[in-house]
Amino acid sequence: MTNPPFEQVVARHGATVLRVCRAVVGPDDADDAWSETFLAALRAYPSLDPGTNLEAWLVTVAHRKAIDVLRARSRRPQPAAHLPEAHDGAAGPGEQVAEVWYAVAALPDKQRLAIAYHYLAGLPFADVAAIVGGSTDAARRAAADGMKTLRRQYGAQPAGDRQ
Amino acid sequence: MSTLFPTEDTATLERLHARLADDAAREGLLDVAYRQVDSPVGPLLLAATPRGLVRVAYSFKGHDQVVEDLAARLGPRVLHAPARLDAAARELDEYFAGARTRFELDVDLTLSRGFRRAVLEYLRTIGYGETESYTEVAGHVGNPRAVRAVGSACATNPLPIVIPCHRVLRSDGSPGGYLGGLPAKKLLLDLERAA
Repeated sequence: MTNPPFEQVVARHGATVLRVCRAVVGPDDADDAWSETFLAALRAYPSLDPGTNLEAWLVTVAHRKAIDVLRARSRRPQPAAHLPEAHDGAAGPGEQVAEVWYAVAALPDKQRLAIAYHYLAGLPFADVAAIVGGSTDAARRAAADGMKTLRRQYGAQPAGDRQ
Repeated sequence: MSTLFPTEDTATLERLHARLADDAAREGLLDVAYRQVDSPVGPLLLAATPRGLVRVAYSFKGHDQVVEDLAARLGPRVLHAPARLDAAARELDEYFAGARTRFELDVDLTLSRGFRRAVLEYLRTIGYGETESYTEVAGHVGNPRAVRAVGSACATNPLPIVIPCHRVLRSDGSPGGYLGGLPAKKLLLDLERAA
């Protein structure tokens, strides 16, 4: 048994990894984090054990790459504030990054990571705790607190409608 | 959750995929790059290794299955990377338009070994619009009795059209078999006869 063609990995998990990257490093750096994640995954892919849970593996790779991106960002000067007008980033035509990702980016680290890995990547809280550190309960609490904040800001309104 | 986190990222993912294919090729990380093209003989899958074109596949078998076979035989680092196959796609277009009589592409014959590979090497020397019989080919590769083996080398040709197994006929001039189906063989022979 061998792992499937890498194309299938990108097709099946690319969208999830993009959402995780947006949540962890914010929408402006998400493209770079996504690219670094899949390039690193491609490099390691031939020696990956067949039968590995690919999504969980990609999330751990994405986590490491996201930490690199965050460290690099903390070393360069920060803009004073995010203005919605400045949110075009590198997006091409027809692409629009929903406002909710900026709200996620503003959450405390633990909450942001717990939401990314549990709600967006679908990992159980025990796995989330293994990646971000701390206890399973702490991961569960952080995710719940973060979701409470997001729901308060966005209510029942469909995502993407707030600009 | 779906109401809070939007999922419509098709355009972004297409752009990121193209960037990944470029980066991976530049860093030498791809075992196989592939794309599909339309042609008068139906959709074709084209695949290349860093050494050259390694596979041209008709669609009977299902292109997904072909890609999985390539991953199993050549390595799993396989990406849809159309730009890597622009030259092959262009030369095939020219061929089907009657504007090209020989392919100037690097080919990788890794998928074929031994006698079959020797047959494929020989087939590359049969010119546009020419034909030979299975028996003649067997004689030219030094084994006149291996007529059936020549037939199976043609039937398993990993690079049909580019390596012209369609130019091999039965001794009585009837077309014999073809891995792309007889209508495709007839179309290719007619195309070359008309030019």
